[in-house]
Amino acid sequence: MSRSARLSGIIQRHSRQTLTSCSSSRRALGNVRLFANATGDLKKTALYDFHVASKAKMVPFAGYSMPLQYGAVGQVASHQHVRNEVGLFDVGHMVQSIIRGPSATAFLERLTPSSLHALNPFSSTLSVLLNENGGIIDDLMVTKHSDQEFYVVTNAGRRDRDLTWITEQLRIWNEGRDDKVELEILEDWGLVALQGPKAAEYLQKLTDADLKPLTFGRAAHITVGGVKVHVARGGYTGEDGFEISIPPEHTVGLTELLTQPPVQLTGLGARDSLRLEAGLCLYGHDLNEQTSPIEASLNWLVAKNRRESGDFIGAETVLKHLKEGPPRRRVGFTVEGAPAREGAEIISKENEPIGKVTSGIPSPSLQGVNIAMGYVKNGYHKKGTEVQIQVRNKPRKAILTSMPFVPTNYWRG
Amino acid sequence: MLSAFRLAARSSPLLRSGAGIRPTLKTLPLRSSVRTVATKRFTKEHELLSFDDATSVGRLHITEHAAESLGDVVFVELPAVGREIEKGESIGAVESVKAASDIYAPVSGTITKINEALNDRAGLMSSAPEGDGWLCEIEVKDPSEVESLLDEEAYKTFCEEDH
Repeated sequence: MSRSARLSGIIQRHSRQTLTSCSSSRRALGNVRLFANATGDLKKTALYDFHVASKAKMVPFAGYSMPLQYGAVGQVASHQHVRNEVGLFDVGHMVQSIIRGPSATAFLERLTPSSLHALNPFSSTLSVLLNENGGIIDDLMVTKHSDQEFYVVTNAGRRDRDLTWITEQLRIWNEGRDDKVELEILEDWGLVALQGPKAAEYLQKLTDADLKPLTFGRAAHITVGGVKVHVARGGYTGEDGFEISIPPEHTVGLTELLTQPPVQLTGLGARDSLRLEAGLCLYGHDLNEQTSPIEASLNWLVAKNRRESGDFIGAETVLKHLKEGPPRRRVGFTVEGAPAREGAEIISKENEPIGKVTSGIPSPSLQGVNIAMGYVKNGYHKKGTEVQIQVRNKPRKAILTSMPFVPTNYWRG
Repeated sequence: MLSAFRLAARSSPLLRSGAGIRPTLKTLPLRSSVRTVATKRFTKEHELLSFDDATSVGRLHITEHAAESLGDVVFVELPAVGREIEKGESIGAVESVKAASDIYAPVSGTITKINEALNDRAGLMSSAPEGDGWLCEIEVKDPSEVESLLDEEAYKTFCEEDH
């Protein structure tokens, strides 16, 4: 019954739906209020005043007041600007930390299925924190500085869960050992993402460091506009780009320097449609603690040698899913007729319910194509399989489609 | 991408054949000839019904306020012509990249027309929501239902309070 929404919920709910706690897929236009005013007890990034001065529409997201969009620039135009030129996102709400100590590599290999000892210094990888059942506590970016130091970025919405988990695991790990590991949270540091095909050209003008050798997945400490920053090449849009970590006192000044034309400030709305076109997961929607990385079709995150050693938390389930196949798998769809949103039911041709959509939009880049991701029962996961997705009580034809939906454009040198 | 919309329009039951369900002269109030101004009424669902009491037909829109909140509208699903609708019933949806929102029947009646221009130009709902971006026309069963909706002043107050 709660399948749909009234126009009266739209303003507030859209934004929340875009990236936060969207539980039902559709809403009404009404509850403008929460949207506009619920900023009282929300946290602010260092760039809050900068956003407001830039005419951002601020919305609650992961406990922060964050920009949804700026001025009169609509989500579609903003999205296209990142695909064709360059945009800048404030991602300062995310949790940045350093994990260091003589046994830091082994500690992180206990918490994740990644092969971090084999990762080159100043290289990054996407990874997952797993619970004892192999469920994903959070997805994270891990950058290795050395065997004894890692820079880690985790999701704002998982801050409490992650930090409690890591702290507890550290306590257990450090008990009775000399080569201890410590966690330092980089509170108040700025984090911005410069994304788009013109990102490198723009950033190159502000630094003496040569950005060409800094290929996708590499990181470096460089000086940008006179400020020493940490730069990781990559992002959450499928485009070339950089995630730039900035000391607190320089965040506003450097962001001003990074947002001159053609760079356009870009909000959460476009961030969501860009990441979905790139086939990237949003925690809390496409991933949760009841989902293993194999169910999430993130098999590549479980390194070969880690499958053999099986010495990470949650390995039992992960190895079982690898061996026997997971009960369900994350897949992509193109949907005919109407966009399928989060929560929409997926039905087989034999009329059996086989799963649910976890994210879905009309694709701004592929005009006229509705894209979605979701989970289906194992066996229905092959590319090209035809299924039906219920939208407004009507079945709509959908075809399993490989992701990314829009080809990625990373700089690989 | 609007194929569903077309489908919905096409799949309209045989009722489409018209004359029988169209308003007939006897529904016209006597003073109709001097009344040319349509009455504008609003709902808390941020819809606008522009009602012509000479014909008993109301044209349904989403409000400027709603359009602004929705962002770029890229897709609209409308009811079939001829469909009988109950006040409060979901009769279609408006979709932006951000989200989908239902369209609710502000009054009971029969759908007599849908805005075919939205087939190719859903963006009209963003650029001219209270003008060319109208959704559909409803032959209103009970004009007193129209009177019970919000007038412009009351709607404005509602929007302000809602903030």
